[in-house]
Amino acid sequence: MLRKLSLSLLIAAVPLGAEAARAAQIYVSNERDNTVTVLDSETLQIIKVIATGRRPRGIVITPDYKEVIVCIGDDNRLDVIDTEKLEVVRTYDASGPDPELLAVDRKGDRIYVANEDDGLVTVLDRASGKALAEVPVGVEPEGMGVSPDGGIVVNTSEQTSMAHFINTKTFEVVANVLVDTRPRVAEFTLDGREAWVSAEVGGTVSIIDAKTFQILYKLTFDISGVRPELVQPIGVRFTLDGKTAFVALGPSNRIAVIDVATHKIKDYILVGQRPWHIALKPDGTKLYAANGLTNDMTVIDVTTLKAEKTVQVGRLPWGIAIKP
Amino acid sequence: MILRLLFAAAALVGYQTGPAVCDETKLAAPIVYLSRAYAEPLPLSLVEPIITDKGLQGARLGLSDNVATGRILKHDYTLVERVSSDKAGVVAAARDLLGNGHRLIVADLEPDELLAVADLAEAQDAIILNARSSNDALRGASCRHNVFHVAPSFAMRADALAQYLAWKQWRNWFLVYGDTPMDAEYVAAIKRAAARFGAKIVEERKYTFDPGNRRAETGHQQIQTQMPLLTQGARDHDVVFVSDLDEAFGEYLLWRTSLPKPVVGTQGLMAVAWHRSYEQYGGSQLQGRFEKFAKRLMTERDYLAWLATRVFGEAITRANTVDAAGLRAFLLSKAFTVAGFKGQGLSFRKWDRQLRQPLLLTGPRSLVSMSPQDGFLHEKFLTDTLGYDEPETHCRLPN
Repeated sequence: MLRKLSLSLLIAAVPLGAEAARAAQIYVSNERDNTVTVLDSETLQIIKVIATGRRPRGIVITPDYKEVIVCIGDDNRLDVIDTEKLEVVRTYDASGPDPELLAVDRKGDRIYVANEDDGLVTVLDRASGKALAEVPVGVEPEGMGVSPDGGIVVNTSEQTSMAHFINTKTFEVVANVLVDTRPRVAEFTLDGREAWVSAEVGGTVSIIDAKTFQILYKLTFDISGVRPELVQPIGVRFTLDGKTAFVALGPSNRIAVIDVATHKIKDYILVGQRPWHIALKPDGTKLYAANGLTNDMTVIDVTTLKAEKTVQVGRLPWGIAIKP
Repeated sequence: MILRLLFAAAALVGYQTGPAVCDETKLAAPIVYLSRAYAEPLPLSLVEPIITDKGLQGARLGLSDNVATGRILKHDYTLVERVSSDKAGVVAAARDLLGNGHRLIVADLEPDELLAVADLAEAQDAIILNARSSNDALRGASCRHNVFHVAPSFAMRADALAQYLAWKQWRNWFLVYGDTPMDAEYVAAIKRAAARFGAKIVEERKYTFDPGNRRAETGHQQIQTQMPLLTQGARDHDVVFVSDLDEAFGEYLLWRTSLPKPVVGTQGLMAVAWHRSYEQYGGSQLQGRFEKFAKRLMTERDYLAWLATRVFGEAITRANTVDAAGLRAFLLSKAFTVAGFKGQGLSFRKWDRQLRQPLLLTGPRSLVSMSPQDGFLHEKFLTDTLGYDEPETHCRLPN
């Protein structure tokens, strides 16, 4: 109840701009370095480099902002970083083998983990760390997205090219939607009506109706001067008003800006090399992109849609989580 | 209607991997793995295990990937495995399977057997995926409308190395090659690559000595003197470019050349479609899944058979048909790409039905680079800088 209250207060506070001046903490997982880099959002200085297990990739912050949870693929576990102490305080060992991406529901009770090697989605109880269920999906599961009401979790399987919609009460797969090749990320729109699923090799984003499971529209990206095979959509995020979407386009070194209502592509923002995952500052003013090949992170202003600055992080930066 | 008929035919044949399932709602999608147990040279290095099921295990893993998707889409994939001991056996097996309605074939065959199967009257409407041979003639003068090439050609391999050597500015090559027909094919591709990418073959030598059995307990002393003899007195060169496809001596060139020069080609730095050192673009996932599945490392032939099986799976998934004519049209259309862990969708070249693909340049223990190299330009696909491009092809196909 308390958690719910503070969350709604926070959402209410955003339009007033109360959060705007506060420095946020940006957590970037560095796949090659076995670290998470923590930066101050205002100075963009590194606050701390936190050692983790081997091959940290998927990274999320809990809704209470107290913990950052990181998938530790090569050690078959999740590391939990305390956001006050800025160190790994515990691990979840029941995460299943080779966790790659994870999601936490809005209540912060459950963790959903994609186990890439085993074709499973593991559901963990956050408090006890116990596995509540293992849901078989397609081959090489990766993307995880939880619907705003927590009722559905969408997993993508890269080799099977599907988005699997899982009922979070029964742990049953209620729909399998064939999308384009190598789907990587699933993200619900803020109203929960659509799931956006990016396909890395297919070069598209499928917009799926969350009720009928039909593909409503497929975004394609035609960038002049860029060879089509370099357009590899991965990370998807929406602005706080839900009107604009950002899609990281991998080796084309760009972030696409999309009008959610019309599906029109408004802009392509040039960032560092091979941006994969992106994250929005909780106050909605900035977008951050982890650039895998240039070992840095680009800061984009959400209003002007300009890349403002690029700062060094660790080697092979992969994902980003932000504490307001 | 055609689908129904095919389904009925497949049901009559039965499946090697299980009983026929006569579920009306399912689309039967049987894929044939056709091979011959060739006498293969043993690897020279004792570190390399002797593997007798290269290719087959890859096709089996490809099947299991297809099955995962097919289970949901109600496509019932099966793999019919036929490995014969001689050419007549291969042709008889192909006749038998084609006669029973099979049309989708993964061919782990050398050119002789491959063409014998492709030219069967009953194979004219089949789709045969070459998952083994790099022979350039198969993509050129001897191309067939019913044969698609998943394996990279010798020309693609030589070009992939040549681009890297050009980038390094190692332009003077000393060519050393073995005495087999396949070596002659690769040597021709190496010479073509040198001309295309501005390199010079300063000298060439054929090596005919047969080192014999791979066991050579005290043989290293002889080898230590043989390799400098083979390589001494050659004109000024940057690299030794070796073609030794039968693994008779190439391994021995490393660290034993007369001058301290790097070795590239079939040993040393190699251009391949797959290697254990490769982990890029999600490649670790495939390595890991294969090792769990087959209890050994994934060889290039396993990868190619896996990829060929996946080509069929991907096409059936997207086109929602097992009709060979429909699938052939789809494979040649712009809509078809298959993911092969190379960071881009792979598609077939229309002019010779060769699968476009980046190639790995790998040393014995680590990945060195991937070609095409940056800076080599092409108006359509960068990967078309590897091998025979449309204006150069000797292949003449009706469509």
